[in-house]
Amino acid sequence: MKILVCISKTPDTTAKIAFTDNNTKFAEAGVQWIINPYDEWYALVRAIELKEKDPSIVLHLVTVGGADTEPIIRKALALGGDEAIRVNADSRDSFYVASQIAHVAKEGGYDLVFTGRETIDYNGSSIGGMVAELLDQPYIPLAVKFELNGTTAIINREIEGGEEVCEVPLPVVVSCQKGMAEQRIPNMKGIMGARTKPLKVVEPVAVDTLTSIVGFELPPAKAGVKLVPADNPAELVRLLHEEAKVI
Amino acid sequence: MSVLIFIDQADGHVKKAAYEAMSYGAAVAAQLGTSAEGVVLGPVSDDLAALGKYGVKKIHHVNNPALDHFDAQVFTKVIAQVVESTGAQVVVFSNNVDGKGIAPRLAARLKAGLVPGAVSLPETGNGFVVKKNVFSGKAFANIAVNSPIKIISVNPNSYPVKEGEGTAEVAAFNATVDAPKVKVTATNKVTGEVPLSEAEIVVSGGRGLKGPENWGLVEDLAKALGAATACSRPVADVHWRPHHEHVGQTGLAIAPNLYIAIGISGAIQHLAGVNRSKVIVVINKDPEAPFFKAADYGIVGDAFEVVPKITEAVKKLKGMA
Ligand SMILES: Cc1cc2nc3c(=O)[nH]c(=O)nc-3n(C[C@H](O)[C@H](O)[C@H](O)COP(=O)(O)OP(=O)(O)OC[C@H]3O[C@@H](n4cnc5c(N)ncnc54)[C@H](O)[C@@H]3O)c2cc1C
Ligand SMILES: Nc1ncnc2c1ncn2[C@@H]1O[C@H](COP(=O)(O)O)[C@@H](O)[C@H]1O
Repeated sequence: MKILVCISKTPDTTAKIAFTDNNTKFAEAGVQWIINPYDEWYALVRAIELKEKDPSIVLHLVTVGGADTEPIIRKALALGGDEAIRVNADSRDSFYVASQIAHVAKEGGYDLVFTGRETIDYNGSSIGGMVAELLDQPYIPLAVKFELNGTTAIINREIEGGEEVCEVPLPVVVSCQKGMAEQRIPNMKGIMGARTKPLKVVEPVAVDTLTSIVGFELPPAKAGVKLVPADNPAELVRLLHEEAKVI
Repeated sequence: MSVLIFIDQADGHVKKAAYEAMSYGAAVAAQLGTSAEGVVLGPVSDDLAALGKYGVKKIHHVNNPALDHFDAQVFTKVIAQVVESTGAQVVVFSNNVDGKGIAPRLAARLKAGLVPGAVSLPETGNGFVVKKNVFSGKAFANIAVNSPIKIISVNPNSYPVKEGEGTAEVAAFNATVDAPKVKVTATNKVTGEVPLSEAEIVVSGGRGLKGPENWGLVEDLAKALGAATACSRPVADVHWRPHHEHVGQTGLAIAPNLYIAIGISGAIQHLAGVNRSKVIVVINKDPEAPFFKAADYGIVGDAFEVVPKITEAVKKLKGMA
């Protein structure tokens, strides 16, 4: 059994969001980079748990990014996994990135591909579905629970107001979110071990991009809060009804 | 040329998000001087012709038992056939749970550029540019779609439903439908409550409520308002509330018309999941709580005193008391 986990690099959740170059580029100065939380806490940790249960599982990580993503992928290896593959290309649009991952997945013959639910910077929620289509495999988006029973995956996915439980034969692509696993902190042994784990760098395959970012905008500043005295909550209800018209 | 809208349904009923997608798609069609058509997969009990009111001229209905349950792979192949047969140049989805399953697959299949999480209509004057949410609601990006076919997934609650007049022509569409590989074995729905992702009003509680035994406060207000309930992450982490109620950067991102935050400090990761709400009300005893900076209305006060009074006032307003 071989599992591939897709790892992306995102700005820290508290990073200040600002833009430069006439609002066409994210202002990276002073920004801390982290493993995208969905990839780390849910996709990767669940894959590590599966491997802990069945040590014969081979667990690979893949990232599409420049050399600057190496500290992130090493951090991921410190949590677990046997080796990492970095496709040496800046991630341009989703189709481009998905095509690179699908190529790696095809070459490696994986039974399972895990992605995060979405990146917290682009919020695409699309790489997993694209990879699945390019591999012509089933896709379960927004999974909250994942179990293996031989070569069948039993997966709970989020639906409006609840969950749907489904069974699907491997191979399958799954996007992972909260519920799949609990966040882990890497230990010293993991961090030391990660230094010597193989990190293969491969060149990208030629693929067209279908979209491009023209520019960014920040939302208009809020007008400021209107405070209602604590001894008159009925006034709040009046404002919500008559002024904001939301109740 | 036309605009094709995926009309998502569950248990035979068209989802709220699909009404938004239809209204959005009809507006795109008007902008491009073409007509809007819809595609419905699986058995439905709703009157499809009546969806003409939302601007769709024709509905392609693929009624095949293999489509009873959601399988993104099977659904995508069917929709691709409808796209091909109608010559659609823009395909519109809701960026909801099913849209997130199908839209990216269709994009890869058709080599069509995808804008996931669109928040407004495209600019079509020069090229095709769509605004989407990025950085978890902290910014927007304008995305140019450069492929002949364009796919847009509209964020739930970001485009208003527009109801007019009209009847849609409903036609059975004969598609090749693969046998699904995904077998749905159970559906666990929280019954009797408003699903959080579709709720127009959300009442949310944080650590300031001190313990699960105090959640009656949140639930009573939610009930009076017909709202869904939500919570901050630490509240779900210590199991005061179920995980599916957790909103924020690592939980559910929601965009209701009204979000009422009770005893929540307003950490940046929490805001990332709720800052697309139209109106935010914050109730917190600390006037320095960061949430007030993101709020439209606020009360600085003790939730245990203030919230029951709000509930009473809402009941009065609605003639419930
Ligand atoms: C990577 C990362 C991701 C995260 N993702 C999320 C996420 O998705 N969602 C999320 O919510 N958090 C998330 N967090 C956690 C977040 O940083 C905050 O810790 C969390 O939101 C705080 O929850 P809280 O506001 O309920 O609790 P607190 O910060 O403890 O705030 C409680 C508030 O209640 C007020 N209060 C106390 N008593 C009363 C009273 N009687 N009446 C009225 N007000 C009262 C206090 O003044 C205070 O403001 C994340 C953190 C990290 C690092
Ligand atoms: N550059 C990348 N390299 C590897 N995996 C990625 C990359 N970008 C996104 N992913 C994966 O795809 C998921 C969804 O990303 P997105 O569709 O961009 O929101 C992420 O959670 C990652 O698991």
